Amino acid sequence: MAQGFFDRYESEGFFDEMFDGEGKVRPHYQRILERFTEMDAQTFERKRALAEKAYLNQGITFTIYSGDEGTERIMPFDLVPRIIPPDEWNLLERGLEQRLRALNLFLHDIYHDQRIIREGIIPLEIIRTAKHYRPELIGVDVPHDIYIHVCGTDLIRGADGGYLVLEDNGRCPSGVSYLLENRQAMKRVFPHLFSRYPVRPVDRYPQELLAALRYVAPHGNPDPTVVVLTPGIYNSAYFEHSFLARSMGIEIVTNQDLIVKDDFVYMKTTKGLEKVDVIYRRVDDDFLDPTVFRKDSMLGVPGIVNAYRKGNVNLANALGTGVADDKVTYYYVPAMIRFYLGEEPILPNVDTFLSAVESDRKYILENLENLVIKAANESGGYGMMIGPKATREEIEKFRAAIIADPRGYIAQPVINLSRSPCYCDGTFEGRHIDLRPYILMGEKTTIIPGGLTRVAMRKGSLVVNSSQGGGTKDTWVLDEGGQPC
Amino acid sequence: MLSRVADSCFWLSRYLERAETNSRILDVNIQIALDFEENNDAKVRQQWMPILSTAKEQELFRQIHGEVTSEAIMDFVTFEKTNANSILSSMTLARENARTVREQISSEMWEQINRLYLYLQSPAARTAFRESPIGFFRLLVDNLHSFQGITDATMTHGEGWQFIQAGKYIERADSTSRVLDFKYHLLLPSGEQVGGNVDITQWMAVLRSCSAMEAYFKISHGHVTSWQVAEFLILHDTFPRSIRFCVDALDQALHSISGVDRGHFSNEAERLSGALRSNLAFTTVDSIFRFGLHQYLDQSQERLNEISNALAETYFRWT
Repeated sequence: MAQGFFDRYESEGFFDEMFDGEGKVRPHYQRILERFTEMDAQTFERKRALAEKAYLNQGITFTIYSGDEGTERIMPFDLVPRIIPPDEWNLLERGLEQRLRALNLFLHDIYHDQRIIREGIIPLEIIRTAKHYRPELIGVDVPHDIYIHVCGTDLIRGADGGYLVLEDNGRCPSGVSYLLENRQAMKRVFPHLFSRYPVRPVDRYPQELLAALRYVAPHGNPDPTVVVLTPGIYNSAYFEHSFLARSMGIEIVTNQDLIVKDDFVYMKTTKGLEKVDVIYRRVDDDFLDPTVFRKDSMLGVPGIVNAYRKGNVNLANALGTGVADDKVTYYYVPAMIRFYLGEEPILPNVDTFLSAVESDRKYILENLENLVIKAANESGGYGMMIGPKATREEIEKFRAAIIADPRGYIAQPVINLSRSPCYCDGTFEGRHIDLRPYILMGEKTTIIPGGLTRVAMRKGSLVVNSSQGGGTKDTWVLDEGGQPC
Repeated sequence: MLSRVADSCFWLSRYLERAETNSRILDVNIQIALDFEENNDAKVRQQWMPILSTAKEQELFRQIHGEVTSEAIMDFVTFEKTNANSILSSMTLARENARTVREQISSEMWEQINRLYLYLQSPAARTAFRESPIGFFRLLVDNLHSFQGITDATMTHGEGWQFIQAGKYIERADSTSRVLDFKYHLLLPSGEQVGGNVDITQWMAVLRSCSAMEAYFKISHGHVTSWQVAEFLILHDTFPRSIRFCVDALDQALHSISGVDRGHFSNEAERLSGALRSNLAFTTVDSIFRFGLHQYLDQSQERLNEISNALAETYFRWT
């Protein structure tokens, strides 16, 4: 009976995290397999319910809006961990560090000398038309020239198991609280597994984040006041904002708590106004300051951009980092790495075609049904089409959209993301996954071992975003010499 | 502390206390109803309608239910979402406020509120309510008491905690005065005398709804009279639900927040609470009855309201 748990498991030709091409368990999953086959379905179901209940009681939820009432859901959590051996992780770590270094140099360059444009590496037109490019910030210096303090880079593995960078999230990447809570949940549900595996801990993330934020205080202030700025409790990621503030031991503020006077930012307290030095803001550029960006923003703090430009307050991430998030800019990241660092990229991009380039556009339009099409500035799984799964109408809709706005789209071959066993209705089935590591840049670059493994819970789906029914897994990076003991 | 955070601590505490008050009143009213079995429509109306304290609530109730039955009133006061004062509404607001200050209160406090809220929303709560309303309301009160214990045991007794105390005591003082006033509106059936059986049962119910019965009997030697009960619930100096005790604790919290000693005031809220506190310390139940019990309670509620507004003006409002 117990054996049956994995007996009928099929990799179906995909790269599977747990089993190799011949159906043999990979060595780093051996102990997990043993532990899980010891269990029967009832025990497993009970453990699953236990984890779910813990999430619900703690209010670890996100909000889905449909109709007039937002409902709070817990993010589906799968109990089979994703395990990364040390050598794989070392490669990822070096590749991610390299990439973030290049992106920060790029952002500094774009808002200062624009060498990369003048030397013909990236066309001016691409930058000028990037939706999140902020010419208002040209010439503005930021402490230690750090723009992306927190980066969430999405990685995938293709059919051969090689890691590829899918996108860089350099604005307000979310999800890190799930990573931390998933680990807590796993420890609660499977305490003994951790004694069998040398899993690297993740719980220092909030302290590392705080250190990075303190490091970038204006004027090198050694004892800055740091706060988290949230759009408010109705934001779908509010739990995370509050979680991070709580774990860092700092205030969480909304725009109504802040006021700008004489180009300094203050928060309103019961003891009067208190100066704020660094703001970890989880509000997008567009909504941050109604006097500079969107006038209709109800979430903004009037005057905050001027305080920032004068160097009296620092924002993390910096304003204008969205230009590096643009999927057309993404295409140029390997070139940036060569240009700024004189190094070869350690982690490759997914092959990408730009519909803004005529020859690419011709290819894209002729092969729409075989490609993944993405809008250059959408995220969360919106604004994309997976050609082989699209209907005729969808394909024609995207064709028209690309012809109307070639700058607004890119195309990539369909990557069959790697799969990992997931618990589905009493048995284990393969589901596609990705990985979002979180990289912090302060005095040094810190990468929390692992990241958030996201799962496309729907059978056959390649879309892992939580807004599209995605779930998560705990991600284990094994310590050096990391054979399971 | 952020003004908004202080504001939320204050209100989450008030809403929880309000939910507790409603649970207590319903519990007690069920018990009175069980004491007087012969239930005709007029009796039911007479006993249950005063629970709806404002004309607005009564109007809303009539729109939703039409007929007055004890079940309808209990449902309206417990689960009705459109009734801003229902237990469910109070718990929802308490939770909303707690959600905005999650990082300021302890995880244990948040989980207690969240659990209770989720329970109230669940079919299990409806079932428990139908099967044994008394058991159901006891469970709510127990859980709300647990919250008080968790708060004292897990949260730093700093500014946020003081705002929680201020919210709790101002709401509780208000609630005790309302319960007393509720008895005032509860008319005696014709033929019944003041001091007669029904009257005494009603006064005992008032005591019970304030968890005051045992404490009261320790000092009253078995006598239940209106003025003694009123004296106990208004003027007793150490019973934790008496108005005097609550105002004293409120005044203490306000001074802990400002750091000013209790002989002085540094803002309007402190001045008003100090004035009310000394009035309660130096008045007698005779003079309250001469003034009129209902008038006195009404005036107290008015003064508590002024303190609440002054507190908001001092600490929460920035323009």
